[in-house]
Amino acid sequence: MEYIYAFLWRIKWMCQKEMLSTLKDPSTRAILIVPVIVQSILFGYAATYNLEQVPYACVDQSHSRASVDFLAKLDGTKVFYRVETLLNANEIANVIDSGKALMVIHIEPDFASHLEEGERGNIQVITDGRNTMTASVASGYLNRIVDDFNRSWGGNLDAIRLETVTWYNPNLITRWNFLPGLMGLLSLIQVLLLSGLSVAREREQGTFDQLLVTPLSPAEILIGKAVPPLIVGLTQATIVLLICRFWFKIPMAGSIFPLYLTLIIFTLSCTGIGLSISAISSSMQQVMVYSFVLLLPMVLLSGLATPVHNMPYILQILTYADPLRFALESIRRIYLEGCTTVEIAFNFLPMLVVAVLTLPLAGWLFRNKLV
Amino acid sequence: MTDAKIILAEHLTKEFPIHRSTRKITALHEVDFSVLKGTLTALIGPDGAGKTTLMRLIAGLMEPSAGQLLVLGMKTQGNEQNIQNRISYMPQRFGLYEDLTIQENMNLYADLHGIDKNVREERFSHLLEMTGLKNFTERQAGKLSGGMKQKLGLACTLVRSPELLLLDEPTVGVDPLSRRELWEILQQLVKEEALSVFVSTAYMEEAALCQEVLVMNAGRLLKRGTPADLCSIAKGRCYKAWPKANMPTRILQTMLLDDKEHVVDAVPEGGAVRFIQQNEKEKPRPELNAEPVEERLEDGFMILLHQDKRKHEKNSLSKKNKIFFSGEYSLSEKVDIEVRDLVRKFGDFTAVANTSFQVHAGEVFGLLGPNGAGKTTTFRMLCGLLPITSGFLRVAGVDLRTARTQARANIGYVAQKFSLYGNLSVRENLLFYGGAYGMASKRLKRRMEEVLEEFQLNGQEDKAAGELPGGFKQRLSMAVALLHEPKILFLDEPTSGIDPLARRDFWRQITVLAAKGTTIIITTHFMEEAEYCDRIMIQDQGKLLAIGAPQEIREKVGTKEAGMNEVFIKIIENARERKRLGEKYDR
Repeated sequence: MEYIYAFLWRIKWMCQKEMLSTLKDPSTRAILIVPVIVQSILFGYAATYNLEQVPYACVDQSHSRASVDFLAKLDGTKVFYRVETLLNANEIANVIDSGKALMVIHIEPDFASHLEEGERGNIQVITDGRNTMTASVASGYLNRIVDDFNRSWGGNLDAIRLETVTWYNPNLITRWNFLPGLMGLLSLIQVLLLSGLSVAREREQGTFDQLLVTPLSPAEILIGKAVPPLIVGLTQATIVLLICRFWFKIPMAGSIFPLYLTLIIFTLSCTGIGLSISAISSSMQQVMVYSFVLLLPMVLLSGLATPVHNMPYILQILTYADPLRFALESIRRIYLEGCTTVEIAFNFLPMLVVAVLTLPLAGWLFRNKLV
Repeated sequence: MTDAKIILAEHLTKEFPIHRSTRKITALHEVDFSVLKGTLTALIGPDGAGKTTLMRLIAGLMEPSAGQLLVLGMKTQGNEQNIQNRISYMPQRFGLYEDLTIQENMNLYADLHGIDKNVREERFSHLLEMTGLKNFTERQAGKLSGGMKQKLGLACTLVRSPELLLLDEPTVGVDPLSRRELWEILQQLVKEEALSVFVSTAYMEEAALCQEVLVMNAGRLLKRGTPADLCSIAKGRCYKAWPKANMPTRILQTMLLDDKEHVVDAVPEGGAVRFIQQNEKEKPRPELNAEPVEERLEDGFMILLHQDKRKHEKNSLSKKNKIFFSGEYSLSEKVDIEVRDLVRKFGDFTAVANTSFQVHAGEVFGLLGPNGAGKTTTFRMLCGLLPITSGFLRVAGVDLRTARTQARANIGYVAQKFSLYGNLSVRENLLFYGGAYGMASKRLKRRMEEVLEEFQLNGQEDKAAGELPGGFKQRLSMAVALLHEPKILFLDEPTSGIDPLARRDFWRQITVLAAKGTTIIITTHFMEEAEYCDRIMIQDQGKLLAIGAPQEIREKVGTKEAGMNEVFIKIIENARERKRLGEKYDR
């Protein structure tokens, strides 16, 4: 009992010292808060394509009243404007490839006859998946126009059906998908650097030796070093969360508890990676290099920009070592789909494995650095 | 007339702005002096006196804030390049290329200065001959000893013949033998090549070799004169007293220092204590049985410093801690530290070779040697900061590297470099380390008050530790190390970079601590500080050369009353002689 008390007592002092030395410097304080806000707002707007103009092309093989009506309705909106009228389907690839049009509306020859006979008229829509956000928003607009059209076409709500085909990227990532992901990305960068620099800074300034000759055990030093980045990481994620929720007004489907559970586990694994980097480095400069060498692949493999299941098999296996991948997946599913803790529990496992491996490794390296 | 004066300073002042403040630090305050052509002039003064600032001003690397400075008869402002073409400046840390050989380093500097290929050979062979580096031209600079590096630095500085040579503390941390050799070179240069040399140094015996000496303190010039002028300040005031049997010299020295009314300064030397009376007419107290001794330059220097300090500062360390001495002192039977056949290698470089020694409880044990002797490596192994390559090591009965963490509560550690949290305040630092040592709130509070008082840190509690002046930093490091009342105190070069007066205060505190029974292990490159220790160990290039009480070592070497520098030189020479004979024998 007494031992546990002494343990907690020392950890308290250790954490207090770490927090103090992190927050004491006004410039560090600013670095912890300002960039998160700036970045999430910046990302938020940069990732939003304001859809005022959707250039499109059409292939009307039906040449009927119905098809002309439909296209006229489209042209009547302020959003869609026709850049090309194609003669046959072979030309579609050309328009999309060159980026001339964001989407191509393909009305097949039997469109009108189907409608006359009371059957469903199919319209094929080809969108450019390279510009995912725009493509999906544009399809959304188109849907509304089709609904309008159907209502005016004798009230049969199923008169026309859109068959949307997205070229180049079948997995549409929307702005909504992107922003909650920032919670993971931004706290990863900050936590990695903060924990990474903490031991290296002390090594450089000589204070680490002074720390090692105290009765503090490696575990106590480790916990003391891990808690402040954890708190900072969570604070930053909270800032991003607030920005998503109240600035960009992205509706949140899930609840807070699984979200924060995910964030805690994720930040813990990042801290482990950061502290391990720190423990093997002898200068802060080295930490910076290691961190950036690690960050880029971590982000690339996370599925933030490109879907994981489109990656080569070998890379997909590699993503299991990337806590960011599972954090992103979990955060998106909780935030957007409203998943519960149980539904995403499997995602915790790879992150926990990373934390369980790196944290003790860092603690061991404190005393046994191989130099 | 001005021709003869190679440097002329009138009301020379240099100020530096303080970061985020409108105040300024005055590094030099209205300094007036001149240096004559063809002389060897020394600049002495404690750290922070403004020596380096003055050097850099003369070299045209900075502009004076006020006053005049003429070098070679030219104003430094506007003539920087002109002056730099005709003088040579060797800064404290000379930029040798560690991966290049001696020859390559010299070629490089000759290229940089555009020395003609034809004159190089003759110049190089002359310099290499003079510096004694002739047989090592293919050795990499990084693999040279501290003394050889400085000699190479000097050779590189002299690849061309300057009219004025500026040397900034060329002998700091260099072993006494190399120091002597370096000074022989300087004297030869002045004599044979009529070179003017302006050199700053922390060693008084070096200043005694010069024609003129400038004494500086805290940016002011205190005195200018020949070594004899400086000595005469202390004329008829210097005495020597011997401690009673079984009394460590440091106790007597502390008692004398505490007698401020009569004594200016006291230092242990050769088993006795050398001290300076406040008044030349007053004889020392008869019970001391003191004998008058001849005055030295250092005595004059110390008197000047004390006078200056009294004039400009009011506070000095409180003497609340009266020295306690039971009248009996003997080496304790209890062994606190035991080391047998300790070896540490870094790759194929042996930093510490087969070293064995014991430190007894309550002893002041000194590890002496020049920079690179292996002192710090030995130290880090003792503290458990560095794994040993082989051998046996016990501190307070355990190996700190593998022992339970609580065992470390027995030791206090002061690193060579200031290593507390610079952005935390004095109080926060103390609180953190108290907490790290698991001290309960009440005890921590009481101890904090005690150490703040003891180390004169009252009133500084809320200042950031990193912004304290050097002497305060050192005291804070001591306060932190002693906060948890350790049984054993490790001090790594605690006195380097602090001024002679602060060093007296520091050793006084060590004496008080030792009298209370704390075991103290200390490293230093100031050989004379060996006199404060009960026993010392001398290391050079990783090898243990001698161990024992300073007096024993002195007697063994056969220089009974010599200063520790001479003893060291003798030991090194003996060791080299033995090695030479050994090699002959092997053949």
